[in-house]
Amino acid sequence: MQGTTAAVERVFREEYGRLIASLVRRFGDIDIAEEAAGEALVVALEKWPASGVPPNPGGWLTTTAGNRAIDRIRREKQREAKHQAALMHVDDTPHEHTGPVEDDRLRLLFTCCHPALAPEARIALTLRLLGGLTVAQIAQAFLVPEVTMAQRITRAKKKIAAAKVPYRVPEAADLPERLGGVLAVLFLVFNEGYLATGDGDPVRAELTGEVIRLTRVLRRLLPEEPEVAGLLGLVLLTEARREARVRNGQLVPLGEQDRAGWDRTLIAEGHDLVRECLAINLPGRYQILAAINAVHTDAATASDTDWSQVVALYDQLTRLDPSPIVALNRAVAVAELDGPKVALALIDRLPLTGYHAWQVARADMLRRLGRTGEAKEAYDAAIAATQNSAERAYLSRKRGELV
Amino acid sequence: MTHYLLTVHGPAEMEEFGNYGSKEEMEEAFAATGAFNETLHADGYWVFAGGLQAASTATVVDGRGETPVMTDGPYLETKEVIGGFWVIDAPDLDVALKLAAEGSKACRGKVEVRPFEGLA
Repeated sequence: MQGTTAAVERVFREEYGRLIASLVRRFGDIDIAEEAAGEALVVALEKWPASGVPPNPGGWLTTTAGNRAIDRIRREKQREAKHQAALMHVDDTPHEHTGPVEDDRLRLLFTCCHPALAPEARIALTLRLLGGLTVAQIAQAFLVPEVTMAQRITRAKKKIAAAKVPYRVPEAADLPERLGGVLAVLFLVFNEGYLATGDGDPVRAELTGEVIRLTRVLRRLLPEEPEVAGLLGLVLLTEARREARVRNGQLVPLGEQDRAGWDRTLIAEGHDLVRECLAINLPGRYQILAAINAVHTDAATASDTDWSQVVALYDQLTRLDPSPIVALNRAVAVAELDGPKVALALIDRLPLTGYHAWQVARADMLRRLGRTGEAKEAYDAAIAATQNSAERAYLSRKRGELV
Repeated sequence: MTHYLLTVHGPAEMEEFGNYGSKEEMEEAFAATGAFNETLHADGYWVFAGGLQAASTATVVDGRGETPVMTDGPYLETKEVIGGFWVIDAPDLDVALKLAAEGSKACRGKVEVRPFEGLA
């Protein structure tokens, strides 16, 4: 029974983005969509354990939720007959072809990433509506109290409804200026899937998979846009290593991964995309990150990695984005060329004490320098700064190996 | 369709040529705003619009008590105040934002876009 409930909830989570997006398209209202989806889950939890999961669970959920939404709208129509003309417009017809691509989730993504919404609300809404994360999980990812996150999401949804933020992919002429915000959110969602912030599943493949799917749709929409190709290359080359990245519940760092476990098809596609970007020669953030990942996935073994190339690419990225996070990643690559002492000096300068990756990098350099006592402290700080179970397990092992 | 209030914000202290640097600049902005208003009419978005006198000409009235209380000056003493506004009728926020950007460019001020809950 317990197992069946978990199975129903897993199917629901996997189907959530598609379900919500199609309900929003049909009923034009996020609240109605979320409520109907929630009711469909309740019905599924009642029925599926006895009858079994239907052959097309996504279709079943969409139909059930759609019927619930219509029931609700009818009830409210009777109760508030006076307001029906203004509020209760039910669109049962196929959606109009407003954008160049027909995809409910892509439409909803552009709504969630609308420039009229605050940046922190965009990613939160995307994770909630398309990623199916709970408000509690999103709050944990942002390190803010759940009440704060709930208010942020509610406020954004209210603005979408009251100010009439449209549910559509922008017209071709407006796409390029809207693109930056969408790519940023897609990359953040991918990262959340690839290394989940909370203490639940350490890796959320349905999130990384959804980002890849949406980025592919974007690429069909904007085949000439090198940053879209760059982001797709980046996420494919990262996803290619996902299976090799966790072993026995422990994170495996890039240098220790079993490269036979990497997905060669994804790598080949990623490399093609990087070559395509190089030919266009309009470098951008995602293209450079993709190129760095191409260098890594090009090396037969960790020691074959062309670190000077990696550092050169980080130098190029620093010129576009001189942020401390880029400087941290560059320093980790510098360690392979100039040694951990040089890298540690670079790392110690950065204002990132609260960031777990900074603590991890610092711990690693101190360990390599034989400064065991300080390394232990840094590992403790790193473990305290992350809730991801696989990362904690890895860091605890590394700390335990220090004598 | 939704009604939106587009308010133009500018400095409370007016110079000789309003908020503009020179007479030419002021005349250009007026002409551009006039042309923008024409397109609002032509494209069917126009509901109402107007420019306001300086905030120092405002009077606040509190009629909640037995006799109304009058106070000279604007409700809030701020460095930036509303200098004028449009009320438009647009299909969604994207259209309203696009029109606000055109209006902002024409009148050379920042524009706030706010949806109406309803219109009497």
